[in-house]
Amino acid sequence: MIPTLILVSIISFGIMQLIPGDYLTKSQLDPTISRKTIEQQKENLGLDRPIHIRYWKWVEGIFTRGDFGYSFSHYRPVKNVLFKGRLGYTVFLGLITLGFTYLFSIPIGIYSATHQYAPSDHLVTLASFIGLSIPNFFLALVLLFFMAAVLNVGANLGIGGLFTEQYMAAPWFNGFVPNMGKITNFFWHVWPYVVAVGTASMAGVVRLMRGQMLEYMNRQFATTAEAKGVKESVVIYKHVFRNAINPIITGLGYSFRTIVSGSLITAIVLGIPTVERAYWTALNKQDEQVIMVGLTFFAIMLLFGNLFADFMLAWNDPRIRYD
Amino acid sequence: MAEHYKKEKKSKSQWALIWRRFKRHKLGQVGGLIVLFVFLLVFFANFIAPYNYSVQHRDYAKAPPTRIRFIHEGRLVRPYVYRTERGFNEYYETVYKEDKTERYPIKFFVKGEKYSFWGLFTSRIHLFGTGSEEAPLFLFGTDTFGRDLFSRILWGGWISLSIGPFALITTLIIAIPIGLISGYFGSWVDMLVQRITEVIMAFPKLPLWLALAMIIQGLPSAYRFFFIVGVFSLVDWTSLSRTLRGMVLSAREEDYTMAAKAVGAGTPRIMFRHILPNTTSYLVVVSTLSIPSWIIGEATLSFLGLGIKEPQTSWGLLLSQANNLQAITSYPWLLIPGIFIIVTVLAFNFLGDALRDAADPFSTVGKKR
Repeated sequence: MIPTLILVSIISFGIMQLIPGDYLTKSQLDPTISRKTIEQQKENLGLDRPIHIRYWKWVEGIFTRGDFGYSFSHYRPVKNVLFKGRLGYTVFLGLITLGFTYLFSIPIGIYSATHQYAPSDHLVTLASFIGLSIPNFFLALVLLFFMAAVLNVGANLGIGGLFTEQYMAAPWFNGFVPNMGKITNFFWHVWPYVVAVGTASMAGVVRLMRGQMLEYMNRQFATTAEAKGVKESVVIYKHVFRNAINPIITGLGYSFRTIVSGSLITAIVLGIPTVERAYWTALNKQDEQVIMVGLTFFAIMLLFGNLFADFMLAWNDPRIRYD
Repeated sequence: MAEHYKKEKKSKSQWALIWRRFKRHKLGQVGGLIVLFVFLLVFFANFIAPYNYSVQHRDYAKAPPTRIRFIHEGRLVRPYVYRTERGFNEYYETVYKEDKTERYPIKFFVKGEKYSFWGLFTSRIHLFGTGSEEAPLFLFGTDTFGRDLFSRILWGGWISLSIGPFALITTLIIAIPIGLISGYFGSWVDMLVQRITEVIMAFPKLPLWLALAMIIQGLPSAYRFFFIVGVFSLVDWTSLSRTLRGMVLSAREEDYTMAAKAVGAGTPRIMFRHILPNTTSYLVVVSTLSIPSWIIGEATLSFLGLGIKEPQTSWGLLLSQANNLQAITSYPWLLIPGIFIIVTVLAFNFLGDALRDAADPFSTVGKKR
């Protein structure tokens, strides 16, 4: 894991160097900015040093001072630009999306398997295929259209971002009483995000769940249990389900990938302040240290996702040991 | 007895079996037909599209889809349209009003703008249209510059559809040799390749695609399509080569490999003539299933402005005009290119799913349990 992370950081840095020009390229083309100022800025930002030294300074800063670097375009530390006020929402929304995906797709998969070849099964298959085929950003656009033109909520509830202006500075709790206005407002703003990002991995989970259930329903232990007179629901949920769920848990790691990718584009369309969106802004401004930290951060998220999946797997299946 | 034995002996080839199983998969066939249809639509774009994709109808900017009427004075007649005229409503927003004095029937094989059909010949004949400049026919409306969206969709489909096959070829060119070598030789080569694969796979796809797409921004835009293909295959060869490696690892121990070695076949021959053909059915399936992700990937990059750029066009680029609330609510027809993306991707998914079932010798497609 550690060697992978080191290589990940080197690649992130390398990609950044391959992008033509740097943060100061725009100023260089501007005739009102003198060459001297640019030289001065270059020195201040450390852009005049050789590549390996810049990389080393960056890594050194992270380990010795917990300093992720400096954002050129915001004149603030990378930590503030990329994570402050964003990390919480990113993780929270990611977890909601994950929950949404699995809460719906597992029961749908089971239903589809127990009603194999029924019209409802075909409908579910078709729906999950459509979910798989809609680009995230297009679904986000359609949901925007739906909210604005059909529900017509733009005027009173607001569309895009996380809150309507009046709730932006409002506290989550008034003393110990939750501020329901803010909470409703928040959920009204984030549901298109959750749906747009969630549907992308939902289709895969539904199909996997269905296939797994079908496979284990035909195993001998299921037949035996049924022959003994065990209730059908018990056979399904205790005997078959516990065995069938394993690959879905392994798939958790994969879902993390889809969520990070989907969240990037969806947050851009819906204007939601996530880490991914800050990464996109930085990419456009060639804010190199923000991009480097962003890419490395995504890789770390995925590593944690896989780790989490492993833990869940060991918890569900006592046969699995990690020695 | 002998005759009976002969009859039994004549078995079908692997591909014939796959084809037989595929024929049972109705949804897969529908998918295949749709893919074929969209390809034909795009191939004959010049002829089918009523207008050139870059011609600007300045008097018809942001015009909604032209309404096609079938009924005139209570009778079913040949489809016709009215002339539309631009005006303003009380909020000074542009509105288009129909002028109902004259009917313009829609005709087949009308004369229109001159075009060149793949450089083979030039013609003025278009599949359909009104044939008059007075009443243009905008099936899906027009964009900000008054360019016909339907024609642009057909033209843009060229890039959206070909990105998949092109990315596939380059990905296979990278993945197959690496997967074969890594699996067949093992030891330090395998170690090295696996570490590289791991690092690339440690990144989520889209952020990495975007970062790499930034690199190609400075390169000549005429070849942008190929650079995007390069970005896709540079990231996506990993999963393919990893699975291939696994298959090679097990094939290496098979008897037929041993036999080939025993008769003195060289390493390249064993790899390409004995092991690779055994993985082809898998490769075909993976190929069909990975094309959708590239179609969506290209659309996403172009939508964000890092992919195809004007004057070229693609479905994702067309959608980027709808990237704000005002555009979506006032000109909802700008979302139509998205429907083309969904239908095409859906068809590829159906096709890939059917091929996967067909290529799996243990599958039970269409059989009731």
